[in-house]
Amino acid sequence: MTATAVLPTPVAAATRVSVARGYRFELVKLVSQWRIRLLVLACWIAPGLFVAGVGQQSTLPSDTLFGRWMLATGWAGPLVILGFSGTWALPLLTSVVAGDVFASEERLGTWRHLLVAVRSPRRIFVAKALASLTVIVLLVAGLAASSTVGGLLAVGDHPLVGLDDHLLAPGDAAGRVLLAWLSVLAPTLALAGIGLLGSVVLGRSPMALLLPVVVALAMQLAQLLPLPVAVRLALPSWAFIAWNGLFADPGQLGPLVLGIVVSLVWAVTATAIAYLLFLRRDFTNSTDDGSARRAVTAGLLPLAGLIAVTVAVVAAVTGATTGSGIRQDKVQRSLATAFAHLYRMQTAQLNRPAVTEAQLKSSAACTKGDVADDAQGAGNDWRCVVSWHLPGTRTAGQAVYQLDITADGRFVADGDGPKEVNGYFLVRTSTGDAPNPLWQFDGNVDLLSTSPKG
Amino acid sequence: MDTLLAIRARGITKCFGEVVALDGVDLDVAQGQIHGLVGPNGAGKTTLLGLLLGLAVADSGGLDILGTPVGRTFAAPDGVAGFVDGPGLYPSLTARQNLAALAALRGQDPRAAGIDDVLAQVGLTDVADDKARGFSLGMRQRLGLAAALLTRPRLLVLDEPSNGLDPAGKKHVHGVLNRLAAQGTSVVLSSHRMDDLEALCSEVTILATGRVVFSGPLSKLAAENRELDYRLVTSDPRATRRLAADAPGIRTVDGVGVARQGAETLVVRALVPDLDELVTRLVREGVALRELAPVVSPLEAAFLALTEQPEPALGQRDTGTARHTADTGTDRREADR
Repeated sequence: MTATAVLPTPVAAATRVSVARGYRFELVKLVSQWRIRLLVLACWIAPGLFVAGVGQQSTLPSDTLFGRWMLATGWAGPLVILGFSGTWALPLLTSVVAGDVFASEERLGTWRHLLVAVRSPRRIFVAKALASLTVIVLLVAGLAASSTVGGLLAVGDHPLVGLDDHLLAPGDAAGRVLLAWLSVLAPTLALAGIGLLGSVVLGRSPMALLLPVVVALAMQLAQLLPLPVAVRLALPSWAFIAWNGLFADPGQLGPLVLGIVVSLVWAVTATAIAYLLFLRRDFTNSTDDGSARRAVTAGLLPLAGLIAVTVAVVAAVTGATTGSGIRQDKVQRSLATAFAHLYRMQTAQLNRPAVTEAQLKSSAACTKGDVADDAQGAGNDWRCVVSWHLPGTRTAGQAVYQLDITADGRFVADGDGPKEVNGYFLVRTSTGDAPNPLWQFDGNVDLLSTSPKG
Repeated sequence: MDTLLAIRARGITKCFGEVVALDGVDLDVAQGQIHGLVGPNGAGKTTLLGLLLGLAVADSGGLDILGTPVGRTFAAPDGVAGFVDGPGLYPSLTARQNLAALAALRGQDPRAAGIDDVLAQVGLTDVADDKARGFSLGMRQRLGLAAALLTRPRLLVLDEPSNGLDPAGKKHVHGVLNRLAAQGTSVVLSSHRMDDLEALCSEVTILATGRVVFSGPLSKLAAENRELDYRLVTSDPRATRRLAADAPGIRTVDGVGVARQGAETLVVRALVPDLDELVTRLVREGVALRELAPVVSPLEAAFLALTEQPEPALGQRDTGTARHTADTGTDRREADR
């Protein structure tokens, strides 16, 4: 009979590949893909070309926040790109990178190879998450840098008109633009976490790739609906809008901080769920690449629970349980402030004697449809009469505006006269016709502001 | 005589929900041995190979690999390499880049990792800088083997490495495996190609529905086998038929498949000793023996018998091979777990 013995000198138990090496490996794989290279190239070139191109046009994207100021300062360009990115570019970028980082191994049939090489599902997950995060940050940085450089080269480093239409010095504008771009990293990370989760749960299903886009679109749709402000702020997509508050004076930082915190909670939760599911996966079973049941129980339900929890927490923290956050008093105050800032700008254009905002003592009286008292909510049926005073004049000036307020608090004020104040899109200056700053302008209502009425 | 074991498995059981993939499997693989793993679709081969590679853990049973007990966590000990379900390659990287990335992953300097050497061993030097996207299945198999060689394995686990290989590729792969075994590396490979297994393996394990139905040397398998069909070509077919009819334990096989073998060919069914007696009689009668070969290889016959699969009709057979398997590799792999 043959005696048998196992090898007398046991080899070391599995030596795992370090996270740093795994990270490098994942980066090599990502960067070797033509679509990732193309995206990096596009993000670092296209925004600059677009902003520079618009800077040479007479027609401006006025329906986009800061779009109407693209000829006035190079700092408007990166904000226009930021607004577009929050809606379209960033969800798509996170889909392509984070949504595919696990699913691609599924598609290529390389899971087992990778696991045999790395010997640790934990480290594979961490390396993949870090690598996709790196590429996403690289893409976001490209969008920001390219649009800024394009704007500054094509238009120049001039003061930026803020959201309540006060002037921001170039240095101040630069700082706020940078903060705005940094702030959208948080919701981008939330989408990346959702992308990782989709990629782990749904495997080679096309939905794995599309999940961040679908979630982002659903949340944007929710932001358009007349939802209570607590629900609106509890969605990570809020942080794609909340950067607007950086350009108000005083800054509307409450909603921004809340949006960033909520987004980071989403990013951590979605990534943690993806991590746990990934570790539980059976890699010898090639059919174990996701199922509808698991997608619902392990992916959808926890996130639905997270929404419920964040809504409750936001409501408790802010005290904003119901209502849209858009109230008559806040609309009036915001409109009057913006008007005063722009009136001073118009005064300078027309070489009239300088006047301060304190002297103007501007105020607004708004109605919404037939509602004169306690009007609230989004809509395009807001009508306001702005009054102001000039030194040495007893009669108050008055101008009429139609306001279109969206559910996120942003509004466009459209001047209705008198013609010499806000009724025409041009004003005659000593050097020729120029855009009339009081004819049409953007503003923002702080949804969380709880200052007393009046 | 003592035998050093690279793999020692005892009572390995692995279930996927209600499905029992492995049911009390024992497996011994000696150091420097090429061990074949065969079984019908769904027998549990890929699951067993996955356990050896550390892709899963057994529900129960003991497993020692290269002298190290495998615990409840994923990951095989150092020195184990290979692939299941085809090699994992990244199509956007070249062959060389695939290997370099793997070497870097393991902390090796890609320039000193011997990439050119392993590419030469598997015959891919000429396409080293081509992207893996354009590689045929056979080339992918060889690159997968090169990736495994890069780690200088002491145990190599390969799932159907011969799939899609042309004769030159097969020669390269066989050469590499024999060389590794000679150097003391143990190799466990699964295949549906019996000719490959017979050419490479000293021992085989046959699995059926998650259980081991045979494990041991090929020679033992042939000896344990029942009657085989042999193709007999002689200088005098008529005399041969007469002698075969008179010989004890010999039965001539007729049918459509036999007719296709040609008029000069006789197919007889016999045990080896009875066949030996027939050959002796033929020679004594002055009948020249031009060809004597099993219609189905002993391994394939044993495989069919032990796994209780009906033997194919003669017309569908070819000597010593199950040729159809190479063409349906993908589908078969999908169904194999």
